[in-house]
Amino acid sequence: MSAAAPARTPGPSANTVVTLLLWGLAFATPVIFPGKALLLNEIAILALFVLSLDLILGIAGIVSLGHAAFLGIGAYAAGLLAKAGYGDPLLGLGFGMACAALAGFATSFLVLRGSDLTRLMVTLGIAMLLYELANRLASLTGGADGLSGLEFRPLLGAFEFDLYGRTACLYSLSVLAAAFALCRRLLRSPFGFSLRAIRDNRLRAEAIGIPAGARLVAIYTAAAALAGAAGALQAQTSQFVSLSLLDFHRSAEALLVLVIGGAGTLYGALIGALVFRVAQDALSRLSPQHWEFFVGLILVTLVLVGHERIRRAALSLGVWVRPRRNGAGL
Amino acid sequence: MSAALEVRGLACRFGGLVATDNVSLSLARGARHALIGPNGAGKTTFVNLLTGVLRPASGMVLLDGRPVTHLSKSARVRRGLVRTFQISQLFAQLTPRESLALAACEAAGEGGAFWKAAARHAEAQNRASELLAAFELDADADRPARALPYGRQRLLEIALALACKPRVLLLDEPAAGVPEHERHAILAALDALPKDITILLIEHDMDLVFAFAQRITVLVSGAVFADGPAADIAADPRVRAVYLGEGGHG
Repeated sequence: MSAAAPARTPGPSANTVVTLLLWGLAFATPVIFPGKALLLNEIAILALFVLSLDLILGIAGIVSLGHAAFLGIGAYAAGLLAKAGYGDPLLGLGFGMACAALAGFATSFLVLRGSDLTRLMVTLGIAMLLYELANRLASLTGGADGLSGLEFRPLLGAFEFDLYGRTACLYSLSVLAAAFALCRRLLRSPFGFSLRAIRDNRLRAEAIGIPAGARLVAIYTAAAALAGAAGALQAQTSQFVSLSLLDFHRSAEALLVLVIGGAGTLYGALIGALVFRVAQDALSRLSPQHWEFFVGLILVTLVLVGHERIRRAALSLGVWVRPRRNGAGL
Repeated sequence: MSAALEVRGLACRFGGLVATDNVSLSLARGARHALIGPNGAGKTTFVNLLTGVLRPASGMVLLDGRPVTHLSKSARVRRGLVRTFQISQLFAQLTPRESLALAACEAAGEGGAFWKAAARHAEAQNRASELLAAFELDADADRPARALPYGRQRLLEIALALACKPRVLLLDEPAAGVPEHERHAILAALDALPKDITILLIEHDMDLVFAFAQRITVLVSGAVFADGPAADIAADPRVRAVYLGEGGHG
């Protein structure tokens, strides 16, 4: 082990190749199977939302039960901008992100005080406040009916949003891929390491000179912006903003998906969203009334058995099937 | 020339209890100073006041002649006032290499950089490699800190503080809980600390104190009870009575 100095092989590693293949597959799906485009669009948006939660929960260790607040703000911002006559999708995406980031920045100072329990309650409370606000301000938000009949201009002035959701799906996947690349970059930077250090041990993080408060404000704002992007995509690809985007169950679902996929890895958000939506699709067809029972069963099993053991079991299976090459651990 | 670390009339109360009572102290650059005292003498409170965990009721802490009393914990570290912990405080899921490189990045003011990968911050990586070699942590460099044996965690505890480029280093019982056969590694690490770093050692273990410190301050009931060269303190009958006689090695 000690002799294994950074002997990096030239060219892309096996990991990179697999990653690119998987992304290629995702982008090819709506073209090859147009019937799956809508489902994949939903998965991409959910993955983006969960990815933003992973930034604060998995990476920085901030628990939240109200992350849907930023999803809703992004969606309403994009929707209202379109209502006002500015229907360019990228403009709406940027506006949704900016509004959500602003809200994230403003509330971060409330959220970052106190213990985990305080954070759970404050995030939950802020999301509830926003839900009621959106419900009451019906003249602006449409209240319980939501914002409907939104019209968006073609993407980049060239690609119409079609009925199959092909453009929508490719649009959402592109935003997800860009966000994912950004997050990966961030995770490997000193800033990313400092967040993990704060999560592991805030006392020591400050004792090596990390301004923990400022770093957490920064990542909370960034995560809010990404959640806002997910909201804007939701509004634009469905041409509708539902009040339910601000609902508690959205926050809880994101948490569930993140735990299923594995928190703190970024990939967990993607895997979790894929597994969750596909399982939801399959199980609800199998048993329309009781599918949530199975989701609950999967969740409890995952948490009790643990990802690590499942991963190791899968790896050891892999070792049985295919003999180890030059003894490399991974 | 101003002292590397100077404490003027520091006081702290918890309700009616005076935990730190008008403590003054001055350490010259490169000093090897020990702070000793029986349990409950207020050593931990004193360290917390120095590092900014607690705010003093009155008094000042000066680093190279500049007051730092108003600064936050992390800002004091960036000024060069760094501490280690009696109970190891490490980043459980980060490896020693990652932890040390992170601390070195922070010391260089690059901790907020979010675009360039940490692995490409060459200077910080070199500093991490140097420290790994100096503390003989190479074999454990790339596994999570929580998987390290206790003795090596204690070494990483000190290495992490050094990665912060300290001007003044507070060592809080560096050998606490380390089994006898691993102590020499800690002692060797302390001996090898750069001579220009000013060190305040807070310690229970008298052998370690007398082997390491030139000057000693004895704290009793939150106040300075005695202060002087190590030999004088060792010979002081009052100190022997209140401290050494009371239970010595604990």
